[in-house]
Amino acid sequence: MATTHEAPEKLGLLRVLGPAHVWALGVGIVLVGEYMGWNFAVGKGGAYAALIACWFAGTLYSCVAMIDSEVTSTVAAAGGQYTQAKHIVGPLMAFNVGLYLVFAYTMLEAANAITVGFLMDEVAKMMGTDGIDQRPFIILAIMFLAWLNYRGVLATLTFSLVITAFAFTAVILLFLFTTVLSGDSPMRHAELMTDLPYGWLGVLASMHFGLWYYLGIEGTTQAAEEVRSPARSLPFGTLAGIMTLLIAATLTWYVCVGLMPWEYLGQAGVPLFDAARLSGSTSLMVLLGIGTLFATLASANGCINDASRAWFAMGRDHYLPAWFGAVHPKYRTPYRSIIFLVPIALIFALGAPLDQVITFSILSGLLGYTFMPINIILFRKKWPLDSIKRGYEHPFHPIPSITLFTLCAVTYFAVFLGYGTQLIAMISFYIIVSLWFHFWRYRFVKRADQFTMPWPRPKGY
Amino acid sequence: MALWTFLEYAAWGLSALFGAAIVADWIKIDTTYSEDVLTSSREGELEALTEQQHKA
Repeated sequence: MATTHEAPEKLGLLRVLGPAHVWALGVGIVLVGEYMGWNFAVGKGGAYAALIACWFAGTLYSCVAMIDSEVTSTVAAAGGQYTQAKHIVGPLMAFNVGLYLVFAYTMLEAANAITVGFLMDEVAKMMGTDGIDQRPFIILAIMFLAWLNYRGVLATLTFSLVITAFAFTAVILLFLFTTVLSGDSPMRHAELMTDLPYGWLGVLASMHFGLWYYLGIEGTTQAAEEVRSPARSLPFGTLAGIMTLLIAATLTWYVCVGLMPWEYLGQAGVPLFDAARLSGSTSLMVLLGIGTLFATLASANGCINDASRAWFAMGRDHYLPAWFGAVHPKYRTPYRSIIFLVPIALIFALGAPLDQVITFSILSGLLGYTFMPINIILFRKKWPLDSIKRGYEHPFHPIPSITLFTLCAVTYFAVFLGYGTQLIAMISFYIIVSLWFHFWRYRFVKRADQFTMPWPRPKGY
Repeated sequence: MALWTFLEYAAWGLSALFGAAIVADWIKIDTTYSEDVLTSSREGELEALTEQQHKA
């Protein structure tokens, strides 16, 4: 049985992060999508379709980043969109959004671990072996990053910052050395570019994988309780993050479609690494190989951080057992939430196919994006600009909300074309757990305790 | 022993080591501190807590 030990009366997460860590958290989760995955959009509709998807998804995520930046600059608490939903919409929406977050990030973490195993296998094959057992490398990636997250958020996100900056610099260098700094450029856009091979339906279908360019940038909000200056750092880190990704996504598309025919690019496992190989430079090949591994690890690292904060916040509010709301007295991390999610990530990483895992992650993310326009419209209505001081006010309201909602509807249709069964299964799952929450779990929630923000009474209440 | 066979064993070993380190610390913390202290974090109270610690 536990005994009382000398400890502070109250434990909380530590405010130790700066805007660069917020940038690293957001970009770190996403950048792996530039290294692999986005190119399946090329397979769905050709090179130009992937570019259109890149820009449409870029618009969608710019709206996400702006909306998130405004709301989260006033909600300086772990849980991100879950906490926003709790304060602005209501408990049932919050419970669902919390689950979307945990599923999106845990599935993405599993997908990244699978990719680490795949990369190690590729390296082994390049060194002349017949292939290796990928499992120990998959498990090591998850266990090492879980251990790092367990030991403290500052070290975790500083690690992310270093490897994300490396991976982003590698993309920039690949672009520079295959275009402007190359005397005899290997680019062959004129020969390789084609019309839309599947017409505009292909463009629509490519939207599903277009999300991959930016999926996860909204994760910056999970750092809200651990940044030193939330009102400044969160909008700054998030908006710098989406700008970084818009640049990285466009450069990635440009380099890859100039080096590979769309039929090959559309099914390549590691397109940026392949582009480096085709450039003929060994240095670029090594650089992009390391960049691929770093981007994958940064993504898994950020996912563990974000999923555990969302799970922790739900536990702290008794939406889940309060046991998950514990904070480590020395490292000040949500250690039980980190531990709990490790076996779940391992089960999916070792037992589920990559495309299914990624699809469940995308679907959960998409459900979360659909909530955001509703959230910001209610936020502006209940707490107008003059009632709460925001660290950032997003412009042209409600145009970004309407744009985001419309793009989400288009993307649902695109996902339905390719993964209709999974979409229906996922929505059915959320309906069932919503019923469980409404009729059973909510009785354990201390209703007054969950609303602690020093906000004024909402307008009209 | 081939390099990749060695690396596979090393990866298994390191995974077990990280797992054991986490579990050992988890047990130590849960048996040392009371549940009330461990779950004492409350949303919105962090600023006050940080300020107290700075003063201390």
